[in-house]
Amino acid sequence: MAIDKTKGLQTREARELGTTTEATRPGLLLTPPVDIFEDRNAITVLADMPGVRPGHLKIDLHEGVLTITGHADAPDGPNEVAVLEEYRAGTYQRTFTLSEAIDQSQIQATLRHGVLRLRLPKAEQAKPRQIKIQTD
Amino acid sequence: MIVRQLNPWSPGWNAEGNALAQMRRDMETLMKRLTGVTADGSVAGVFPPMNVSEDLDHYYVRALIPGIDASQLNVSVVNQTIAVAGTRQAPEEEGVSYHRKERAEGPFSRSVTLPASFDGARVDATYVDGVLTLTLPKPETAKPRRVTVQTS
Repeated sequence: MAIDKTKGLQTREARELGTTTEATRPGLLLTPPVDIFEDRNAITVLADMPGVRPGHLKIDLHEGVLTITGHADAPDGPNEVAVLEEYRAGTYQRTFTLSEAIDQSQIQATLRHGVLRLRLPKAEQAKPRQIKIQTD
Repeated sequence: MIVRQLNPWSPGWNAEGNALAQMRRDMETLMKRLTGVTADGSVAGVFPPMNVSEDLDHYYVRALIPGIDASQLNVSVVNQTIAVAGTRQAPEEEGVSYHRKERAEGPFSRSVTLPASFDGARVDATYVDGVLTLTLPKPETAKPRRVTVQTS
């Protein structure tokens, strides 16, 4: 049987998420671009969240839905006036659905230089296994 | 059907949520595709996005460049122009298969010209949490000076 590689992790359309949070939280909701790749033991998510300090990052796992939320404060001083504005600070948010094939207790997250690296280890039974054939 | 083609990740017509919000999102997507300007005002396709602001004593240039080595950043100053260049490298991952690759990589360069001159010798650059911040002191002549009005 072929294994569906995307089974372990699926992105939910972030704009869909916007409908539920927009009304409850002021400020801009941003969709961070992500890389998702998979190796034998884990699925890794990289997300660009520039301006988010480690203390302002929240990773929430609830009923198989993983939500990453990072808030970036506008660093402007009190008397600063914008001359050119190409981006705005806001809250980065993205949601993924996890299958049960992820060992949810072993998830690791690091935030470095504005990039979140999330490692989602596969559960034992989801790893590919080589079956040895014994001959007499 | 056109809207669905424009937005391949659209959850489709039967998605939960109210229809009006869905329509607004579709319109925003359409606007973004047509004009390159997103709903939050950022310009698509330009890397890194930069903000410039000023107060009485300084100009501040901030650029969102997540995930690069500060030593790989080249910042240069010519007259009133600040240039930022570098290369964003994808991490070397052995034996992996990608499901999504949305993060931009490769060489980039950007320059901004400020509306007035600044002291190029005293430019201060920091790179924190993926944000490059340049602080450019204004020369004395460019600072606003308080003029006292005398009455006879």
